[in-house]
Amino acid sequence: MGRLRKLLIPGVDKQLLIKDATKVMPDLARRRFISGGASLGALTLLTGCDVLDSSSAEEMLKKVSKFNDAVQAFIFNPDALAPTFPESAITKPFPFNAYYELDDAPEIDGKAWRFEVRGLVDNKKSWTLEELYKLPQVKQVTRHICVEGWSAIGSWTGTPLRDFLKLVGADTRAKYCWFQCADREGYNSPLDMRTALHPQTQMTFKFGDEILPRAYGYPMKIRVPTKLGFKNPKYVVSMEVTNDYKGGYWEDQGYNSFSGS
Amino acid sequence: MSSLAATGQPTAATAKVIQPAWVRVMHWINAVAMILMIMSGWQIYNASPLFQSLTFSRTITLGGWLGGALLWHFAAMWLLMINGLAYLIMGIATGRFTRKLLPISPRGVISDATAALTFKLSHNDLSKYNQVQKLLYAGIIVVGVVIVLSGLSIWKPVQLQYLTALFGGYDVARYVHFFCMAAIVAFLVVHVLLAILVPRSLRAMIIGR
Repeated sequence: MGRLRKLLIPGVDKQLLIKDATKVMPDLARRRFISGGASLGALTLLTGCDVLDSSSAEEMLKKVSKFNDAVQAFIFNPDALAPTFPESAITKPFPFNAYYELDDAPEIDGKAWRFEVRGLVDNKKSWTLEELYKLPQVKQVTRHICVEGWSAIGSWTGTPLRDFLKLVGADTRAKYCWFQCADREGYNSPLDMRTALHPQTQMTFKFGDEILPRAYGYPMKIRVPTKLGFKNPKYVVSMEVTNDYKGGYWEDQGYNSFSGS
Repeated sequence: MSSLAATGQPTAATAKVIQPAWVRVMHWINAVAMILMIMSGWQIYNASPLFQSLTFSRTITLGGWLGGALLWHFAAMWLLMINGLAYLIMGIATGRFTRKLLPISPRGVISDATAALTFKLSHNDLSKYNQVQKLLYAGIIVVGVVIVLSGLSIWKPVQLQYLTALFGGYDVARYVHFFCMAAIVAFLVVHVLLAILVPRSLRAMIIGR
């Protein structure tokens, strides 16, 4: 029993442990086990969880996540449309979801609010809500999928982002549209340009035919049905067209940056 | 096809290779990948449980929080998918699947299961699977394929929307993914238990004979 307990204690004498372990093995297996030399690696795993928690594991996971960004960008089809649904399929009530309570959601004065446009664009003017409302709008009923796993179907109405990018003379060869929001702690999120130009990616002003309520991101949300929910920023205050990866609220904490669906 | 209480020759059985090297290597890679996928999957499940009364203790999950678990899940998936695909190709190409897993008959399964439960099932020749083994091993391969496909349809419900539709939509695919996990965990419990009861089979999966 003493020996067995020792297995679980970090810093155990590994040579001794191998000796003990091989004693209980059949003859042939013993010889191969020792000659194989695979034992030390296996023992490190037994002596605690430090292998899984170490920063080297974290570095490895980050690299794989970057690789997964590239894979997702590769399989992303700019012409593939997210499935649309009849109005009867809309989830009611549509869930409010954020890293804060609804009471703490930004309360924005629509009259004072301006949408700032920065970076690689010809026209850097700020837009009032009134001006944005005049742009042609389309409605779409699509599925919102949260990184947590749940999903809900909603109806969003607004201007296709690609039309707006064209209107302001954005350099669409740039890598990202980076959005900043009015949420507490300053929510922000980068959107890759190919997704920004997807026909269903939308500057959303209405939910269920009503002006976007506070819970869903008044006065403007970026609705991206080809991305997970956290890549659909609410309470948007500015957009920067840029070649730099500027990170994002959740992306910086470890959520996969592309997070395409 | 059943191998009921036959008195085999142990000398001949121990001399030949029971599990070829490729099977052993892929088996253990799969074991590691499966455990990583299951433990990180439980942590992901906890973020939005399908069943209100069922959540997994953090002591048996991997990743610490949703973001960490997702990183593990989407890293280990490559290990699982590439290894699994290579295993399927090898299994079909070498004829191992047809040779070792077929035929399976309901009568054979019942008679071998009865023999196993009354401890009358012979394990003298580990190179030949009994009918219960054949059914479980063939079955778990199918479950393995379905869990990967349902996982892909949850991961990419727009890009792979026809696959997602095949599962009955995004929400149904989540349940399919969950129940495949449950089947694999159930298989794992029985599998490990039987390997402990017949240690020679575990040895064969490590050193081949």
